[in-house]
Amino acid sequence: MSTVTARSPLQGIRVPTPAVDPATAVARARPHVSLSETVSQTLSMAWRALKKMRRNPEQFFDVTLQPLLFTAMFAYIFGGAITHIAGEAGVKSYLPLLIPGIVAQTVLTTCMSTGAQLREDMEKGVFDRFKALPIARIAPLAGPMIADLMRYVIAAGLTFVTGFVIGYRPGGGVLGVLGAIVLAIFTGWSLAWIFTFIGTIARNARSVQGISMLILFPLTFLSNAFVPVGTLPAALADFVKVNPVSHLVSASRDLANQGMITSEVGWTVLAGLAVIVIFAPLSVYSYKRHI
Amino acid sequence: MTTPASVSATGLVKTFGGLRAVDGIDLEVGQGEIFGVLGPNGAGKTTMLKMLATLLPIDSGQARVFGVDVAREPHRVRQLVGVTGQYASVDEDLTATENLWLFGRLQGLRSADARSTAVGLLTQFGLEEAANKRLSEFSGGMRRRLDLAASLITRPPLIFLDEPTTGLDPRTRGQMWDTIRGLVADGCTILLTTQYLDEADQLADRIAVIDHGRKVAEGTSDELKTSVGNSTLQIELAPDAEQTVARQVVWRVVGREPVLTPESGRMNVPLETADAAADVLIGLRQAGVAITAVSVAKPTLDEVFLTLTGHDTGDADQPDETIRNDEALLEVR
Repeated sequence: MSTVTARSPLQGIRVPTPAVDPATAVARARPHVSLSETVSQTLSMAWRALKKMRRNPEQFFDVTLQPLLFTAMFAYIFGGAITHIAGEAGVKSYLPLLIPGIVAQTVLTTCMSTGAQLREDMEKGVFDRFKALPIARIAPLAGPMIADLMRYVIAAGLTFVTGFVIGYRPGGGVLGVLGAIVLAIFTGWSLAWIFTFIGTIARNARSVQGISMLILFPLTFLSNAFVPVGTLPAALADFVKVNPVSHLVSASRDLANQGMITSEVGWTVLAGLAVIVIFAPLSVYSYKRHI
Repeated sequence: MTTPASVSATGLVKTFGGLRAVDGIDLEVGQGEIFGVLGPNGAGKTTMLKMLATLLPIDSGQARVFGVDVAREPHRVRQLVGVTGQYASVDEDLTATENLWLFGRLQGLRSADARSTAVGLLTQFGLEEAANKRLSEFSGGMRRRLDLAASLITRPPLIFLDEPTTGLDPRTRGQMWDTIRGLVADGCTILLTTQYLDEADQLADRIAVIDHGRKVAEGTSDELKTSVGNSTLQIELAPDAEQTVARQVVWRVVGREPVLTPESGRMNVPLETADAAADVLIGLRQAGVAITAVSVAKPTLDEVFLTLTGHDTGDADQPDETIRNDEALLEVR
C-alpha cells in the first residue's frame, strides 16, 4: 500500500490488488436476493435516509411544528365553537375527542411527504447506482420508510404532549396513550405505501405533492377526527364509517381515553395490512418499470 | 470449455415511442480488452449501455455478460458489472467515505470490511483528503473518480464507463485514462462510450462507431482512420466554381469521392498521405476550378462521421469543430 500512497495523483491511479478473475465472479454470482440480504439492504438504506434527515433538519419542521400549531389551533377555534353550545365545560371537554383526531391527521400528513421525498430522491444520480447494484428492488423504497418511523414517533408523541399541556388528561393512562401512539405509527406507516406508490408513478415531486393532497384531505376531514359522525349528512356519514382513518381515530380514543382495546383496533390493523399487501408490490413493480 | 466473451449482444433494439434509439446492434467484447463505443450525442450509446447493465429492458435481441443472459438473470449480471454513469451517481448529502461504505454494505460487505475497502479506494484514487467532505464540496474530476471508485468495491470483472471524461479538464482526463489502463492491467474488461475520437484512439483496443442507433463501423483505431484517410484536404470553392467538375477531378486524382456541401462550396477530400493534396490542387487548377481557401487537417470525429455516415455529427461538438476549421482556413488565406 505504501507504494500507492507515495504516488502523486498526477502519475495516475493504479489499483494494486490481485487480478480480477471473471470465471470465479460468474461462479459466485447468485441468481436471487435472499430474505436476510433484503433486510440488511433495507436497513442500510434506512441508515442513509437517517443521515440525510440529520443533515437537513428542515425535514423535521412539519413533524414538530404541526402538532404544536394544529393542536392549539383546533382546540381553541373549533373547540371554542363546539363547546359554546355545550356550555362552560369549555375546551377541555373537546380535547378527548380532538387529540386522537389530531394524532391521526399529523401522522397522515407525515406519511404524505414520504412520496414526494422519494420522487425527489429518485431523480438524483445516486438512484441510477441503486438500480445497477445487485440489491433487492424493495430496499430503496422501504429503507426511507423505516427511517420515517422516527418522524411518526415525533409527530404522534408531540401531539399528545401538546394536548397534555393545554389540559388534556387521558383516562386510559400511560399504557393507553402508548397503545394509541403505536397504532397511529403503524397506520401511518402502512398508509405511506400509498404515497410511495404515487411517488413511483408521478411525473415529479410537485405532482406527487398535489395528488397526495387530493387523497389526504378527504381521508382526514371525511372522518370522525374533528366532528361527531352524527352531525353529517347520510351520504358523507357512510363514507366516514368505512374510512380507515375513522377506525384509527375511534380506536385511539378508546385506547387513550378509556384504556380499552376495542374491535376498532382490529379494523384499523386490518385496513393497514390491506394497504400494505396491495400497495407494497405495486410500488416495487412500478419502481422496476421506471428503470 | 472456452471462456465466454465479456459482452455478447445480437440484434439489440430499444424503442422510445416511435424512435428506435438502438436499432439492431451486435456487439462482441473479448475479455481483458478496452472496447470503445464512439458516437455523437443521441446516437444510442447510453441507451445501449443501460440495456446491457439491466437498467433498461431489452425490447428485442439478446445480450449476455460472461455467458449470463441479461434479460433472464439480471441479478447475476448486476454482480458482474460495475457501472459508472455520465452523471455522478453518488449521494450528494453523504461524505465520500459514507458513500463508499453504503455501497459496500449494500453489496454484502460487513461494516468493518466496507470501511476498510472505502479507505483503500479513497487512497488509491487520491481522495483521502476529501474523505470526510460532503459531495457538494467536490470538483467535477473528484466526483468522477469517486464514482469510478464506487463501481470497484466488489471488483467486478466488467466495467461500463459512460463518457468517463466528458467535461473534465485535460489533466484530469489524462489521470482518468491512466486509471482505466490500470484496471485493465488488473484483469478487468472495460466497455466505454465516448464522443471523442482521441479518447477512443488513446484507450480502446477496438472501437464501434454508432450513429442513429446503428453500428456503422467497427475496428481498431488505425483501421477506422485509414477508412477515412490519414488526413483531410479541406477546400472552399469559389462561388462560381463548377462543383461537378471539382468532384470529377478529385475522383480522377485520388480515386475517392469527396464530401461536398453544395451550399457553402466546401469540399472535404480524404487523403492517404498529405502529399496527395498538391496533386488535387494542381488538378483543380488545370481544370479551371477556382478556390478561395484550402487547408489540410488530421481526420476528426466529424470526418469519420462524414465518411462513414454521410452526415455531420450534428451535436454540441459541431460549433467547436467549425471554429477550428475556420481557423485552419484562415492560415492559408
